Amino acid sequence: MSCFQTIQDYGLRSIGIGERLLPKESITLCEQFTLIGSGMIWNIYYGVIALATGFFLATALAVAKGSNRRIFRKPAEWFIFLFRGSPLFIQFFFAYFLFLNLKGTHPFFGPFTAAWLGALVVLFLNTAAYSGEIFYGALRSIPKGDVEAADAYGMTGWSRFRRIIWPTMLRLAWPAYTNEAIFLFHATTLVYFSSFPAWRQKGDSLYYARYFADKTFNPFIPYPILAFYFILLTLLIIGFFGLINKRLNRHLPTERRAKTRGLPNLLR
Amino acid sequence: MFSFCSDPETLGTVGWFSCYLTTGVHFSFYISFFKVLLLLAITAPVALSFGFLGAMAARSHFAPLRWLGKFYIAIVRGIPDIAFFMFFVIALDQGFEWVRHKVLCPDWDQPIRQGADFLVCSSAKLPLGSSPEWIHQTYGFFLAVITFAIVFGAFAANVLYGGMRAVPHPQLETAEAYGMSRRQTFWRVLVPQMWVYALPGLSNLWMVLIKATPLLFLLGVEDIVYWARELGGTKTPKFTAYPHGDWRMWYFLFLLVFYLGFTRISEIVLERLMVRFTHGQATTGGEKQRKAGGAIT
Amino acid sequence: MKKLIIGAAALALSASMAMAETVRMGTEGAYPPYNFINDAGEIDGFEREVGDELCKRAGLTCEWVKNDWDSIIPNLVSSNYDTIIAGMSITDERDKVIDFTQDYYPPTASAYVGVSDDVDLMNGMIAAQTATIQAAHVAESGAMLVEFATPEETLAAVRNGEADAVLADRDYLVPLVEDSAGALMFVGDPVPLGGGVGMGLRESDTELRDKFDAAITSMKADGSLNELLKKWFGEDTATY
Repeated sequence: MSCFQTIQDYGLRSIGIGERLLPKESITLCEQFTLIGSGMIWNIYYGVIALATGFFLATALAVAKGSNRRIFRKPAEWFIFLFRGSPLFIQFFFAYFLFLNLKGTHPFFGPFTAAWLGALVVLFLNTAAYSGEIFYGALRSIPKGDVEAADAYGMTGWSRFRRIIWPTMLRLAWPAYTNEAIFLFHATTLVYFSSFPAWRQKGDSLYYARYFADKTFNPFIPYPILAFYFILLTLLIIGFFGLINKRLNRHLPTERRAKTRGLPNLLR
Repeated sequence: MFSFCSDPETLGTVGWFSCYLTTGVHFSFYISFFKVLLLLAITAPVALSFGFLGAMAARSHFAPLRWLGKFYIAIVRGIPDIAFFMFFVIALDQGFEWVRHKVLCPDWDQPIRQGADFLVCSSAKLPLGSSPEWIHQTYGFFLAVITFAIVFGAFAANVLYGGMRAVPHPQLETAEAYGMSRRQTFWRVLVPQMWVYALPGLSNLWMVLIKATPLLFLLGVEDIVYWARELGGTKTPKFTAYPHGDWRMWYFLFLLVFYLGFTRISEIVLERLMVRFTHGQATTGGEKQRKAGGAIT
Repeated sequence: MKKLIIGAAALALSASMAMAETVRMGTEGAYPPYNFINDAGEIDGFEREVGDELCKRAGLTCEWVKNDWDSIIPNLVSSNYDTIIAGMSITDERDKVIDFTQDYYPPTASAYVGVSDDVDLMNGMIAAQTATIQAAHVAESGAMLVEFATPEETLAAVRNGEADAVLADRDYLVPLVEDSAGALMFVGDPVPLGGGVGMGLRESDTELRDKFDAAITSMKADGSLNELLKKWFGEDTATY
């Protein structure tokens, strides 16, 4: 069987298109590359959607945590503490458990025990908490002069936030937020490794890498392939976030732009 | 443990729990907490020194060394730690044994790889086949520390690299003007000052390190999550004197409290450290301290 | 006093040399009744007793080691222990990479367990542990396969209705079904999978394999293996 044929058969296997049965005997390098790559679809799915949705909650959390009103501040503080203070492993376990129990009482929660939704919710909350903390840190270091200038122009409330505070916050937080994005994509490999089940052998890249490691008894091929894909993905993320970073800093003179790149890199 | 433990009457009472929670297997669970703490205590400085070396290499003026440093930072950061742990310990172990084999048994004539087997002469084995079990365990622990340190060293290198670049450039120029050599500038001006810029990133890294410990089992160290899974699973009366249903939730709840408490304590300690490092620095935080009277708390 | 200690140390050293090396037995410790961790925190179970007896008969000193199932074969071939004794079925795939002794447990049957007996085993949702022969069997049967990381979770999935049935080794399921007070039951016919359970060894370790093979033969001949089988798997289990 040619490698092209393999790609046709297994390229979309992780979302249920193609051959039903996974390769079992005389496994080729091409099959390993194709299936593990196919599993990356799920890693990208979880990462992109969780980041895109988590971003908004994170902004809200950062503002709430910086608020003077206890009623906003306390819940945000607790939420961030809970999700940043515990391993994702344990969060997945409790989420699965919780969704199962809710499913019994409310049929609405039916799809939540499947990984595509349940694990996504956990990753969404998790990244919101981490990014919320990063944004909160950035919010605190916005230069006082910027806000005073906005006041002087008569900007208040929403327009001041949207046009002055929010862009500055993003600009300051961006290097750390890039790191958070990388970590989130890495964390997506835990989905099928912890509590959520894989249906019909449709799993993420780590699921297929483990499948091959189990079938060939040789961990030195599938895991480096997985690593290769993730290095590519990480480079893509860094490139994409770098473009946005450029746009965020486009109003600054080039000299200062270079300096913001040197800001300490916050990690999650 | 207690004399009343053999009495079937105690089932489901406080007495039952005091028996249940003091079984030998529960002691393994309690010991695993210390194992995890010990591993963190050893890994953190080792990873930090790996990071320091990586950052130094990355800003070296000698190109191959600089490439090596940047390569280390980029590659290891790009790989999910779980994928790394899946094969790296075996690779590391085989690497050590291969080197020892080449040194200790030069006149060995059989191939090291025979089919799937990896065979070295018996004196090159790590640990030696005749060593007691605790040496094997310690060696496994040591491999886990190295693996953790390599992974988190790359992240630390990235943070320290950023911290070194954040030190205001005029400071270095001043040092040069005073006639300091490059080496002197690095050790006397750059290194003492970079910590304040690197500390937020490093404390975040410490938090990540704490939360990566559930993956220790992949490295052959029986950590707290492994034991919680094992102990919390359904136990039938055939194999234990303490049968129970699926109690994983309670064990995990306990772990959740442990992790939250641990991160909270770390946060408080790191906050204090930050205050100490900020002292006398030309940052907004340092300025605030100066105005407040400069007392170190 | 000092002399005495040195003397004792020398004695211990020469003794250990004379005994040759210890044989390290790798197991999983999470698969009752084959192997599990007992209340005292030690490895216990059918395989513990069989293994200790085999070592005694073969005149070897043995030591037990726990290892994660996922990496149990890679760690054997890279010589971190010398045998695998972990309820491992003899399959052709595995036989290509490692060697097996003769089986010390007759070919096992796997079985389906569900909460009611009207489960559609061909089209329903069947739970199995990731990367087991059972998971492969369900995938081929055409049923909807749901894979969980641990056997514990596969059974939990059946209990809470996530899956219609679970396919696992029958011996693993029997005590759990007995203990469930009628909540769980066997459905359908047992499925013969795998070729019996044997000890796994490195392909280059033929000498050690022959020793264990001979010991298993002698245990089969004098009926002591059958006794252990009955002790751990019940009176009506298959014997030799």
